[in-house]
Amino acid sequence: MLKLTRYILYDIVRSKIVIAYTLFLLTVSFSMFRMEENSGKALLSLLNIILIVLPLISLVFSTIHYYNSYEFIELMLSQPMSRTRIIIAEYAGVTVSLLAAFLIGAGIPVLIFSPTDTGITMILTGLALTMIFTSLAFAVSVKARDKARGIGSVLLVWFYFALIYDGLILLILFGFSDYPLEKVTLALSFLNPLDLGRIFIMLKMDVSALMGYTGALYKDFFGSTAGMALVTSVMLLWIIIPVWVAVRYFKKKDL
Amino acid sequence: MIRIEHISKRFKKLRALDDINAIFNSGQVVSLIGPNGSGKTTLIKSILGMIKADSGKIFVNNIQINGDPSYRSNIGYMPQIGRYPDNMKIGQLFTMMKDIRNAKDRVLDEELLKKYELEKIFEKPMRTLSGGTRQKVSAALAFLFNPDILILDEPTAGLDPLSSEILKEKIIAEKKKNKLILITSHILSDLEEFTTHVMYMQEGKLIFLKEAETLQEETGEIKISKAIARIMKGEQPGNNWIDKVFHVSAGDKII
Ligand SMILES: Nc1ncnc2c1ncn2[C@@H]1O[C@H](COP(=O)(O)OP(=O)(O)OP(=O)(O)O)[C@@H](O)[C@H]1O
Ligand SMILES: [Mg+2]
Repeated sequence: MLKLTRYILYDIVRSKIVIAYTLFLLTVSFSMFRMEENSGKALLSLLNIILIVLPLISLVFSTIHYYNSYEFIELMLSQPMSRTRIIIAEYAGVTVSLLAAFLIGAGIPVLIFSPTDTGITMILTGLALTMIFTSLAFAVSVKARDKARGIGSVLLVWFYFALIYDGLILLILFGFSDYPLEKVTLALSFLNPLDLGRIFIMLKMDVSALMGYTGALYKDFFGSTAGMALVTSVMLLWIIIPVWVAVRYFKKKDL
Repeated sequence: MIRIEHISKRFKKLRALDDINAIFNSGQVVSLIGPNGSGKTTLIKSILGMIKADSGKIFVNNIQINGDPSYRSNIGYMPQIGRYPDNMKIGQLFTMMKDIRNAKDRVLDEELLKKYELEKIFEKPMRTLSGGTRQKVSAALAFLFNPDILILDEPTAGLDPLSSEILKEKIIAEKKKNKLILITSHILSDLEEFTTHVMYMQEGKLIFLKEAETLQEETGEIKISKAIARIMKGEQPGNNWIDKVFHVSAGDKII
């Protein structure tokens, strides 16, 4: 498996897309910290960009990579190599390269300019989100019939998590504004890892004071050990379940 | 060595394989023949586990194939359309295949690699290869690990006469080593020199599987290609023709 992953990684690095992504993150991070005097504010701006760009890149890049690896996958399938091993190796290759890109592109600048609790939380969240969205991309790509459909579906996934979901939450909030909804929105945030990540970091930033009662409730929840454990498990599930779905589909697929 | 029991496969409405039964043993060269779209490649890919049959069982060396990929280390496969990672160079491809197969403890058969002078073009990326050269790479890979079973899907298509001759000689040499060779081709004259058994398929059904000698007797044709051509045209095969489909019953022994 490690051998396979090594060949996949080698192929990815040579394609230069991941390098471009790293450079993009580096540029954005450094310019944010340069422009803002206050490193907390810079971190917040950076966070907002990352929450949009990271899922998009992870989704689209993973999908393109999967379809471009079709020949490689086919070749490996004719060898004494199990399907599970092949698809997991592909996932590992893509994830490791994207994680490295994020660590270098955003992790290093954050550690230089804002080596705080908040900074580290943001790096960890970014890493988790990278794994989650790569995992989602694999589940979608393995199922989709061709590259165009794959990319289309994955863009829909991105739209949903980055835009539509927030709209739905707002609708619920307005529609039921007479009821106390804090607990409901908290529970709903488990359905969107992006939201979960955002809340998680915001609380560390202490902007939660601005959020009034809701902020206090969230802070209580995320501050407790049980809350932390729950959030971590939910994030892990967001990584594991789509990969598991991808493996299951892949095992049944005709190639 | 290979035993196929009641294999069926549908692609949507199309019956690509319809209750196929067959036994292939070592020392045989089975020519798999049939019109375009009759299911030859589908059958071959089912044996390799690249296509998952809807029902039926396939045994390779008495072990049913399901999941465990190790049986494929005994099979050399030359696909009808050899697809390889575009950016990989020929040399890298061979290095990689040896590496992932842990080839150190195996005797490598590099005869075709040498005869086709592939080492001279080791630096060429796969994407720049002509169709015939690609075919040579596929052939060299199929024989490389000295497998007991060779499955060749239209191996001579696209090869120049000289290269085609080299491949045929190689097939004859491997036949002498008591291997099982399963080969498809539309160039019937190519099969003449080494065929021991003819398997004829049409619209996903096995029409017959016979020894070449039997076929010659029954049709009264000395040349196998002529005999098959007559059957393909739908002519009365001859007075001696026995219209019996080869049947595998549970008790049949395979060597
Ligand atoms: N992945 C697939 N999806 C849908 N249909 C398929 C698929 N693979 C093969 N088929 C169909 O199954 C039938 C058998 O195809 P197959 O490739 O096995 O034929 P073949 O005998 O190898 O033909 P040829 O001589 O042209 O190589 C064809 O009608 C083909 O269109
Ligand atoms: Mg075919």
